[in-house]
Amino acid sequence: MSRTMTRMDKPQGFSRRTLLQATGALVVSVGAPMTSTSVRAAESGAATATKPPLTPDQLSSYIAVNADGTVSAFSGKMDMGQGLSVAFRQMVAEELDVPVDRVKLFIGDTDTSVNQGGASGSTGVQNGGKQMRAASAEARRVLVGMAADKLGVPADRLTVKDGVVSTANDANNKVSYGALIGGRFFNVHLDWNGQMGNPLYAPGKAKPKDPKTYTIVGQPVPRDDIAPKVFAQADFCTDIKVPGMVHGRVIRPAVAGAVPVQVDEASIKAIPTARVVWDNGFLGVVADKEWDAIKAAKELKVEWSKPAPPFPNQAALYDHIRQAPVRKRELEGRQAGNVDDAFKNAARVIEAEYEWPFQSHSSMGPACALVEVKDGRATCWSGTQKAHYVREGVAAMLGVTADKVRVIWTTGPGSYGRNDADDAAADAAVLAKAVGRPVRLQYMRDQGTGWDPKAPASIHRARAALDASNNVVAYDFLSKGFSRLDVNTNGSNPRDTLAGQNLGVALKSGDGFGVPGESYGFANKRAAWETIAPLLDRSSPLRSAHMRDPVGPQICFASESFMDELAAALNLDPVAFRLRYVRDPRDLAVIKAAAQKAGWQARVSPRRDQRGNNVSGRGIAYAQRGPTRVAVIAEVEVDRGSGRIRARKFTVAHDCGQIINPDGLHHAIENNVVQATSRTLWEEVKFDANNVTSVDWRTYPILDVTEAPEAVDIVTINHPEIAPSGAGEASSRPVPAAIANAVFDATGVRIRRAPFAPGYVKSALS
Amino acid sequence: MTKKFSLNVNGQVHDIEADERMPLLYALRDELKLNNPHFGCGLAQCGACTVHLDGKPTRSCVTPLAAVGDRKVVTLAGLGTSEHPHPLQTAYVQEQVPQCAYCINGWIMTAAALLRDNKKPTDADIRTALHGLKCRCGTHMAILRAVKRAAAMMG
Ligand code: FES
Ligand code: FES
Repeated sequence: MSRTMTRMDKPQGFSRRTLLQATGALVVSVGAPMTSTSVRAAESGAATATKPPLTPDQLSSYIAVNADGTVSAFSGKMDMGQGLSVAFRQMVAEELDVPVDRVKLFIGDTDTSVNQGGASGSTGVQNGGKQMRAASAEARRVLVGMAADKLGVPADRLTVKDGVVSTANDANNKVSYGALIGGRFFNVHLDWNGQMGNPLYAPGKAKPKDPKTYTIVGQPVPRDDIAPKVFAQADFCTDIKVPGMVHGRVIRPAVAGAVPVQVDEASIKAIPTARVVWDNGFLGVVADKEWDAIKAAKELKVEWSKPAPPFPNQAALYDHIRQAPVRKRELEGRQAGNVDDAFKNAARVIEAEYEWPFQSHSSMGPACALVEVKDGRATCWSGTQKAHYVREGVAAMLGVTADKVRVIWTTGPGSYGRNDADDAAADAAVLAKAVGRPVRLQYMRDQGTGWDPKAPASIHRARAALDASNNVVAYDFLSKGFSRLDVNTNGSNPRDTLAGQNLGVALKSGDGFGVPGESYGFANKRAAWETIAPLLDRSSPLRSAHMRDPVGPQICFASESFMDELAAALNLDPVAFRLRYVRDPRDLAVIKAAAQKAGWQARVSPRRDQRGNNVSGRGIAYAQRGPTRVAVIAEVEVDRGSGRIRARKFTVAHDCGQIINPDGLHHAIENNVVQATSRTLWEEVKFDANNVTSVDWRTYPILDVTEAPEAVDIVTINHPEIAPSGAGEASSRPVPAAIANAVFDATGVRIRRAPFAPGYVKSALS
Repeated sequence: MTKKFSLNVNGQVHDIEADERMPLLYALRDELKLNNPHFGCGLAQCGACTVHLDGKPTRSCVTPLAAVGDRKVVTLAGLGTSEHPHPLQTAYVQEQVPQCAYCINGWIMTAAALLRDNKKPTDADIRTALHGLKCRCGTHMAILRAVKRAAAMMG
């Protein structure tokens, strides 16, 4: 029995400072022999032959010009396949005046990028792009300054085209970026705001371009990462192999919360090279061949402890949420007037309650990570959304400082938030430390679906007070549910990973939920949330965390369904109701644009002109998500006999400020709409008293291609003058309510619980 | 039981020794070091592991080595290359289909068989042929466009 002794509560010498003093080792080489021009460039003070330290206040941490004049850009944001990379390349190319195909992007490698928060809350373009743009503008300013010295012409008389600086009146008096600095490094300080992660911002002295002059930003430049994948030439993180590597698998208990008490290693002795790693609640196996590791995990005889069944009857989940003590309550968003008084004086009160289940990321493949420890340094390949945080987590598991760990983000099998990727990295680190070999770990399907962090289940109560002339005078909205931060958004701390929890670290469940994003101008308004404790505090398959547009779809499902209920109660057309009460001009614009594009006919819902089994309807919902706003109109058909809903067509109006790449934006919107439709119609994590029972695609069904919409019509509203904001998740948000409102329009029946699966809808209709 | 197998993959013959119950997927990935196809479920539920066996789309995650016999295995890499792409690969790039791209084996390999057998598929034909494949990122609209584009290229 190989038992590891792993201690990770306080790894030696580990501190955030070590992260900030990131290593200067540059692995992506942009170096080249010195030339006479580059010597001169160095003399200007803006360039240096050795790379300055990888810190947020160095221009070289973001931009380098290579000897051949191509540009390398480095970012601590990551592209989950929504085209962030090409958007970054466009922003860099635009500011530097180089062709976009001469910009190469390196993302998510902790050795070449600073911690910019990773993929997080659709801030890729919003924050990461802002930094890219500022750094590129500064690089251009510095380069033009160097050219001015070289050409003996004032900088304001120089122009740049395709990476060549020339004088405005004599195109032959010119010098290229490559000749100015190629192969050397910027030695330029930026005005860093002192923040790490999402809020990091470090501009230079340059002012980015006027959007009116853009020629690259705003164009549908294709992604360069698709062809290699389509021709099977690109490695996913699941494909990385290193010499001496073994395959790992972890073993999870049948009863959540159980820990191994007896492990019979002899039960797998017939499997070549198989070994057990058991420490406290952590149990895994490794073997040289992947199939052997899988067999060993399956065949290992384990006696587990027998904890009391941890979960309530699933049918009682929403009652549990209603009755559970509130752990934290918070008011959030715009509060107005005196809500309680307004309700006391109301002529009429309308109220409703909505319910949303636990949902699983169920990424296309279960998470995978490879951890190699070699010569006192560790390397982790991971599909995580947050490489710099995983670096801290892996370091903690290995008991080393973070500067000894490099995480190389490599495309993973799909990601929509805090999925199982960070757990896999921590598990792989534990295995690698125990066996002293590089370990590649991929979870099995039942672990990817059954044991990933879940989107929290919740209930939502909405009330509105009407005066005697049917005006809405007060609105009160409350969500109560499991926290979106029961485990944190990243695996930097062992307590937020299953490995850490299985090894026994002290727990700390965080609190967070949210409120509707909208601009209804009701005179009295209150929005609040309440969180409750997790059902099982340690190593729970129902631990809750961020999943695509964290808590956005469920809150908007309730708030925008309720607005529709108000419209119906007031005998108003749903679009007209929103136009009456919504205040923000950009919000109004998306609502109007969607209605116009969809050919919306004003009338009160529901339709009353349909007989027969198949009925159809349309519904609208809208939301703000940060500075982005989206309106969605759904057109559905309902088969009353079976309860089956077909979401036939969507019309989406989307405003995320300045559009960087319209093609990427269209894809992001379509994919959000389809995934959110899946979550609305089908997705619910099932569990019994012992464990989660949604463990594969049969027990956690998602939308099938035969049910995919016939059309997703998109209107994008471009505001070149407004800073770009997130588009990676926003269009998910209004989809559930738009469908619910369309079902009401079709049937006159209000569905207040997701998912709208046929059995449930059928019973609601009868 | 460990046995000797001769696998014809993308036109090349490989001799391996492995457990006869081991799924073809692991022979391709582990023994042959081919990085396509992918493990998605191991349960024949998603398609991420799809290869052609004598032209028939097959879930390699549930196909034991013993069942492969002398059938010819073709993976995504064998379907077409960047120099000689299959129309579906061209269409996938032109339509910029994938988000994470982990699912593409299933869709492309299954659609390739459809387009070989049905030169003018309707929207319904395409959806029926692709039924059951998973794309968790929700790229279905773009997938359908790409298959139609490839059909037009081939027809
Ligand atoms: S991995 Fe084979 S069908 Fe899912
Ligand atoms: S593109 Fe991610 S699963 Fe299809």
